[in-house]
Amino acid sequence: MKPATTYPERRDDVRLLVVDPDGGAGGAMLHETRTPALPDFLAPGDLLVVNDAATLPASLRGHDDSGHDIEARLLAARCGGATFAAVLLGAGDWHARTEDRPPPPELPVGARLRFGALDADIAARDPRWPRLVELRFAATGDDLWDALYREGRPVQYAYLAHELPLWAVQTVYAARPWAFEMPSAGRPLSWQALLTLRRKGVRWAALTHAAGLSSTGDPAIDAALPLPERYDIPAATVRAVTETRARGGRVVAVGTTVVRALEGATATARDGVLRPGGGETDLIITPAFRPRIVDGILSGAHAAHESHFRLLAAFAGTAVIHAAAAHAERAGFLTHELGDSMLVLPGALARGDERARAGS
Amino acid sequence: MSKQLATGLEGQGVLVTGGSRGLGRALALAAARAGARVALVAREREPLARVAAEIRAAGGDAHAIVADVGQRDAVAAIAGQAAAAIGAIDVLVNNASTLGPVPLRLLLDTDCEDVERALAVNLVGPFRLTKAVAGPMVLRGRGTIVNITSDAATEAYERWGAYGASKAALEQLGRIWAAELAGTGVRVLNVDPGEMDTRMHADAMPDADRSLLADPVRVAARIVALLMGNDGDGQPRSGSRVAVSAAAATTS
Repeated sequence: MKPATTYPERRDDVRLLVVDPDGGAGGAMLHETRTPALPDFLAPGDLLVVNDAATLPASLRGHDDSGHDIEARLLAARCGGATFAAVLLGAGDWHARTEDRPPPPELPVGARLRFGALDADIAARDPRWPRLVELRFAATGDDLWDALYREGRPVQYAYLAHELPLWAVQTVYAARPWAFEMPSAGRPLSWQALLTLRRKGVRWAALTHAAGLSSTGDPAIDAALPLPERYDIPAATVRAVTETRARGGRVVAVGTTVVRALEGATATARDGVLRPGGGETDLIITPAFRPRIVDGILSGAHAAHESHFRLLAAFAGTAVIHAAAAHAERAGFLTHELGDSMLVLPGALARGDERARAGS
Repeated sequence: MSKQLATGLEGQGVLVTGGSRGLGRALALAAARAGARVALVAREREPLARVAAEIRAAGGDAHAIVADVGQRDAVAAIAGQAAAAIGAIDVLVNNASTLGPVPLRLLLDTDCEDVERALAVNLVGPFRLTKAVAGPMVLRGRGTIVNITSDAATEAYERWGAYGASKAALEQLGRIWAAELAGTGVRVLNVDPGEMDTRMHADAMPDADRSLLADPVRVAARIVALLMGNDGDGQPRSGSRVAVSAAAATTS
C-alpha cells in the first residue's frame, strides 16, 4: 500500500474498511465505506476509548560541540522532568528516510548538544544501541516547555510532500502533551462522529498513552519497537470499561496505544483486574495475544508487512486480516500516519436486530 | 447549593490570554487567589513574567506562556504548554485583543491589514484556542469558555469599526459554540466588562475621565465570582451575554 503524502482536505473523511471476523449479513466480513459512517458500526452500550495525548514537537535540530549536525527525536519522558530518552540521527533532514540517514557521531556521556536556544547533555547511553540516549536539558519546568515548543517540530516522515505543522498532528481531543508521534488512529475522528455516537448510546472515555517513535533509523532498535511506554488511566475510564463489559457491550480502542494501555495495565495487575492510575507497559501485541479488555480496534490501514498489521490479527485472526489487507491493497487504500482507516470489530457488520439479540 | 459552588476554584486549571496587563492580569491574580492553577499568555516576555512572579510571590500557582494568539502556529503550542504546566484546562478566558493602530480611525481611513489583524487576534485566535481546549473539555464533560467582549460589539461607535466588528463576530461565535456544545457540560459566556481604567482604554480614549472608569481588579473579581458560580442568582445560561460592571452583573 502507498502512504498518504499529505493530510487530506477533510481529516474526518477518509476511507474506512470495516472488518468483522464474525461476518455480517450474508457472511461478508469486509465492508468499504468512509469514516463519517463509523457510528453505524457501533451499537448502543459499546464504549469507544481514545488516547487524549497531544503530540509534542519531539524533533529537535542542532549540533554538538564539534559542529556536527544532529537531530534528536524524543521518545520517552523520564521522571524528574528535564530528562528524555531520545534517538539521535546524523546529518540530513526528514526528506531522507531514517534508515538512510547517516548515524550520529559517537558522543560520550557528558557530551553537550545545542538545539537553538535549548542546551542539553548526554546523561546516559543505552548499552545496547549507541544512538539511543538519555538527554538531559539545561532548562527545567516552564522554561523547558517554552524552549521545546519554540525549537521543536513534530516528527516528520520521509514520504511527506511537505512539512507537518504542530496543529496538523493533533487529534480533535488532544489534551496532555505526552505523545512523541501522533496517536494517528484517532486522526479521522470528528466531533460530529463522536457526538453522533453518544446520541445513539455509545459511550466514550479517554486515557493518556505516551506514544513513542515509529522509526529510529537503526534496524535493531526498530525491531524492538514499541519500547516501554507510559500511560495513565483515569478512574472514570476504568468505570466505563467495567460497566460496558458487565452489560455485554464492546470496548473499542482507538489505536494501538489504547490497546497497549488497557491490556498492559490488566496483564500486570496480579489479579488481572483493570485499575485506574499510571504505569509503563512493555506489552507487545502479537496475533497470538488474547485481549482481555478490548474487543475491537479503530486503526490506520496497514499493509501485511507492517508491524501494526500483526496487532490487528489479535482481534480478527490472521486469515481475516490478510484478506482485509489484500482488499485494502487492491482498493488503493493509503497507509501510514495520514492515511485511511480500518475498524476491526466482531459484530460490526451484524444487522441491528441481530446485534440486539446477541447483546441480550 | 453544592459544596463545590462555595469553594472557589481550588485545583482548577485556568488559561487567560492577554495576561500581562489590564483585565487579563487582574483575572489571573483573582483566579489564582481563588485557588486555581493559572496559565497566562501574552506576547511580551518581561511583563508576563512579572505577573506570574507576582502571583507566585502571593502563594499562587502561575505559569507564563509567551505567544501571539493571532498566529496560527502558536495555538497548538499554547494548548500544549498550558496542559503541561497546569494539567486539564477547566476555564479558558479569551481576553487578549487588539484595537489596531491608535488613535482610532474612521473606517474610510482604516487599512485593510489593520482589519485583518483585528480579526486575527480578536476573533480567529479565540476560535483556534477554543477549538484546541474545548475538545478535551467535552471529553471530560465539563469546562467554561469566557469571551471578553465590549459594548463596541453592539453599539455603532465611530472609529471603533475594526475592533467593534471583530467583537461582534466573537460574540456570535460564542453563541454558536454554546449551541453546538449544549448538553456536553461545556458552557460558553460572552462577558462585557464595561469601561475599565486600563492601558487599552487610555490608548483608545486618552482624554477620558479616569475617575469614571472601573478598576479592572473589581471587574475581575466579578468575573471570577461568575466562574465560581456563587454570583447570587446562579449560573448564567451558556451562550448568554453577561455585562459585568464593578457593581453587579446583568445577563441578557
